[in-house]
Order: sequence, then structure tokens, then C-alpha cells
Amino acid sequence: MKLIVNGEALEVEATTLAALLKELDYEGGWLATALNGDVVPAAERTEFRLSDGDRIEILSPMQGG
Amino acid sequence: MFDLLGTKLASRLLLGTAQYPSPAILAEAVKASGTSVVTVSLRREMAGGRGGEQFWSLIRSLGVRVLPNTAGCHSVKEAVTTAKMAREVFGTPWIKLEVIGNHDTLQPDVFGLVEAARILCEDGFSVFPYTTDDLVVAERLLEAGCKVLMPWCAPIGSALGPINIMALRSMRGNLPDVPLIVDAGLGRPSHAATVMELGFDAVLLNTAVAKAADPVGMARAFSKAVDAGREAYASGLLEPRDVAVPSTPTLGRAVFS
Repeated sequence: MKLIVNGEALEVEATTLAALLKELDYEGGWLATALNGDVVPAAERTEFRLSDGDRIEILSPMQGG
Repeated sequence: MFDLLGTKLASRLLLGTAQYPSPAILAEAVKASGTSVVTVSLRREMAGGRGGEQFWSLIRSLGVRVLPNTAGCHSVKEAVTTAKMAREVFGTPWIKLEVIGNHDTLQPDVFGLVEAARILCEDGFSVFPYTTDDLVVAERLLEAGCKVLMPWCAPIGSALGPINIMALRSMRGNLPDVPLIVDAGLGRPSHAATVMELGFDAVLLNTAVAKAADPVGMARAFSKAVDAGREAYASGLLEPRDVAVPSTPTLGRAVFS
């Protein structure tokens, strides 16, 4: 499946958001995810099915002013 | 103690966590400032990256509250989504809401700001809107559900200090019961003291401390200035006057000629 993850085009095997995080070696309770501009809470990632062309953002805590 | 939305805070200085020379100096500066609240953000994490984990672990070790921001958002949609992601990661309904309207000045898009504030307040957030010093916009933000406001005193990172004292005075005078935190534009401790003397409840700053030659010393200096300004305001400042008034009593003055 072709996805855009954090602005980068990728070809992946995963069909759910949780599987995508595992495939790309993302782990930890400090990550936040969004799909096509909307938040996907951690609790919904296992059920959340991906589609070709989806845009995914994976964010984590960072310094801020 | 400073009561901010029902939370008792030991300090009226809120500190940003960006641009420090190292994580160790950031930690020392936070301690030296005496702050109870630091601002944090969310950014893209690299695959396999642990940067976010390390930063979040450091912040949690400092024992301070966090105020996540929506820095860099230029639309209502971006800001609302970022706020929701921040709530999940940081576990707080507090959000410093930024909707930037101009790339050069980083001036808030106040129209988008009011719209985003309304959406987030209705969703249970405690919205801290980064706004201009415009009183009417401030009133719109309050109508949208905000319980605290964060007007700039000059553009972010400019270090210009309060460039429109009249607007700040007007906002303070018209909104006596609303917690007002001056956010952005402070360059020197004297700037912080000045706005605290005007009666503002607190200040939020980052660059002036982080980019100082000695961020830890500057954090301490700002802390003293904020305390001094607040105590001066609470003690009743002398109003300026156009004529000299002798401070030494004239009664009983000797006459030698």
C-alpha cells in the first residue's frame, strides 16, 4: 500500500495504523497520530484500517515556546 | 501563590523550552527560574526515533506542569488537530493556542484564533490563546469561552519589549478579572517588570532566556524581575507628575541669609 507518512511517500505492508507503527519501528506512549488531518487516538489504532494514498502524521513531544 | 484556572502556581513566570544550548542547560534554567509551567510542542518523529521520549522524560523529571502549544499552525484545522494530539500525549486540557497569520511577523490570525478557540473550548480544553494586544479581539476570545488570555507585547523573538503600553493598559483596565499573561516579545528583565507593574498576572517567555549567553543566570534575573514588578504593582505605584516635589521636608529648613 502506498502512503504518505510524515510527508514521505512509502510503500508498506501494514493495513492498520497500529501495524504501520510497528512496521516502521515506532513505539511508545508518547506518540500521537493523525490520518488525513484528523486525530486517531492510540486506542483506535488497532482497528483503524488504512487506504491507499492516506496521509499519516506521527508526532512526539518536542521543545516549544 | 498565583491561582491560574484553579491551579495554584508558585511562580508568575512561564518558561518556554526551545532553543537552549543543551538539555542540561534547559533543566538548570527551568530550576533557576522557579517556574511552575513550561511550554512544549509536538513535531514529526523519525522512524525508530527516540528524541521525543528523551525530551518528555526530561520535562517530567522537572516536576512542572506543561502547557502544550500549537506553534507553527496556520489554519484552524491544523491548530485544532494539533491541540487534540497534544491533549492525548501530554495528558492535559491546557493548550496554548497559536494560529499564525503572517510568516514575517508571526502575528496571530485573530479571526482563525477565535474560531479555533470556540471549537476547543466546547471540546473541554482550557485554551490559552496567543493573541495581539487588541481589546476587541480579547473580548471575542472571552465570548468564545477562553478564561485566560495571552497578549503579545511585541512579535515573537523580537526582544523589543512592550511597544504599545497604551494597548496593554487598556486591556488590563477593561478586563480586571481575567488572568492576562504577556506572551512574546520580552527581551529583558526590565520589560517583564514593566508589564508586571501594569498589573498583568504573569509573563511567558523563551528566547530571551534560551539565547542569553548564560541562560541559567538570565532565568534567575527574569524571575526576580517578575517578582519585583508584581510586588510593585501590589504595593501601589506613584503616578508620574510634571512638577518637582521635594522629598525632604521643607518645614524647619535653616535660613542662613
